[in-house]
Amino acid sequence: MDNLVEAKALTKHFGSFEAVRGIDVEVRRGEAFGFLGPNGAGKSSTMRMISCVSGRTGGELKVLGMDPGTEGPKIRARIGVVPQLDNLDTELTVRQNLQIYGRYFGMSRQKCREKAEELLEFAQLAERADHEVEPLSGGMKRRLTIARSLVNDPELLLLDEPTTGLDPQARHLLWDRLFRLKQDGVTLIITTHYMDEAEQLCDRLVVMDGGRIAAEGSPSELINRYSTREVLELRFQPGAQKPDLERFADRVEVLPDRLLLYTQDGEATLQRVHEHGVQPVQSLVRRSSLEDVFLRLTGRTLVD
Amino acid sequence: MQTLRASWFGFEKAWTWYRRNWRATAVSSFLTPVLFLVALGLGFGSQVQSTALIGGVSYLEYLAPALVVVTAIQGATFDSTYPIMSQFMWQKSFVAMAATPITPAQVLYGQTMWIGSQLFARSAVFVAIAVVLGAAAGPGILLSIVFGTLAGLAFSAPLVAYSATLDKPDSFTTIFRFVLMPMTLFTGAFFPVSQLPDWLLPVVWLTPAWHGIELARGATFGTIDLLPALGHLVYLVALTAAGIALGVKFFHRRLAV
Repeated sequence: MDNLVEAKALTKHFGSFEAVRGIDVEVRRGEAFGFLGPNGAGKSSTMRMISCVSGRTGGELKVLGMDPGTEGPKIRARIGVVPQLDNLDTELTVRQNLQIYGRYFGMSRQKCREKAEELLEFAQLAERADHEVEPLSGGMKRRLTIARSLVNDPELLLLDEPTTGLDPQARHLLWDRLFRLKQDGVTLIITTHYMDEAEQLCDRLVVMDGGRIAAEGSPSELINRYSTREVLELRFQPGAQKPDLERFADRVEVLPDRLLLYTQDGEATLQRVHEHGVQPVQSLVRRSSLEDVFLRLTGRTLVD
Repeated sequence: MQTLRASWFGFEKAWTWYRRNWRATAVSSFLTPVLFLVALGLGFGSQVQSTALIGGVSYLEYLAPALVVVTAIQGATFDSTYPIMSQFMWQKSFVAMAATPITPAQVLYGQTMWIGSQLFARSAVFVAIAVVLGAAAGPGILLSIVFGTLAGLAFSAPLVAYSATLDKPDSFTTIFRFVLMPMTLFTGAFFPVSQLPDWLLPVVWLTPAWHGIELARGATFGTIDLLPALGHLVYLVALTAAGIALGVKFFHRRLAV
């Protein structure tokens, strides 16, 4: 069994609202798979179906080769879930959180104690082991939530917006832990609306928008397919008329605060723009990112 | 068997929490019976003349078994409101459990087991204090522990189910004021319900408190016949079962949709 998750025409409705409108997804063993999309794209609904806490409305879904509709507890026993919002027992200690969670999986007390020690190391929380969770920083709570999700040695780990709300340092620390998991062979499924996170972590991803999959591929494939090598960003005086620069680039996106010129060579394009007497107050040449892919696919920016 | 084991882990979690935080609740578990028995039984009771209607016993003795029941119901009310909502919405422990092999129904069973054990422990403490204060008319008062627990569960189970449907705690205050308070005062704990106007009696009969008080007092003074006793028991068990059945439905809706 090489696909840990297989979804075909998967849908999820809440009353008349269609959160997921027929998606096909395959997640292979050992890869880090991403759902990239803005809030409300249907990522979390999809994750909840895969983690077998929410039933599907239609279509097919197999997780670890089983049907979540009938074998939910069996599947949940073998996966780990990191929810979007921490749901730690904040009035218990860090160690107790890990131990009691192990019990939920039916592990012996002895096994839970051992596993807790191991995970305290992994999450770099050993010094805080006997502290209550409540006063911990957001990053520490997040690391504890991830550690907790590993208590049953899951084959598949689902992370819903793992770094939302964390400062850059805490995010990098967390990414480092996720890399280690990936190296240990754990299959990861990550939802995010941060393109840098998706680029850093995901081998393969789908871009979701409005409950549908807009594109699928590795980050570099998607960038190659939907964007140019470089992007020239130009800013003008607020309120100033933005000049028509279509002829200088493959494609131009007009954002409220800046123009994006898609081109193979940003510096050369900037040169030509200058030669034609256009004087932006600020210019920046950068590589294309998944943000550009998203903009191209949906006409909107990812983080509003 | 599998269900019982999975449900047990929720109990274990609550117990882990309790071991860290028992001091706060222990004080009230001891203080409530002491205050009630001293103020109402000894203090107020000293001014109350025993009548044939209350069986000719002292007011303190009359009060004790019934107070076990109303205190249990009060405890049950608090245990079945804010902590339930919190575990769905604030602490989210139920949500965390639902991501493991534990099913929403098992989450509910574990929580019910925990509430039941709390009710039992607090009722036992109450009876022990009643014995110390000379409020126990006889060994039959020991059964109040069971009846208090059962009456508490009969009110808790439907209330837990109701709490599982809420998104904000506003209606809890209404329940405390307009359900719990009258149920404490007018279901026979402090005076026989025969003193109430007839039209009110059917409402009283619906309350788990009245059934629990009839059982506890009947057992304490040996004044209850088997058939009515069975009737009260069946009613309380049925109310508990119906509450749990509703709870299973609402827990599932809350955790697995």
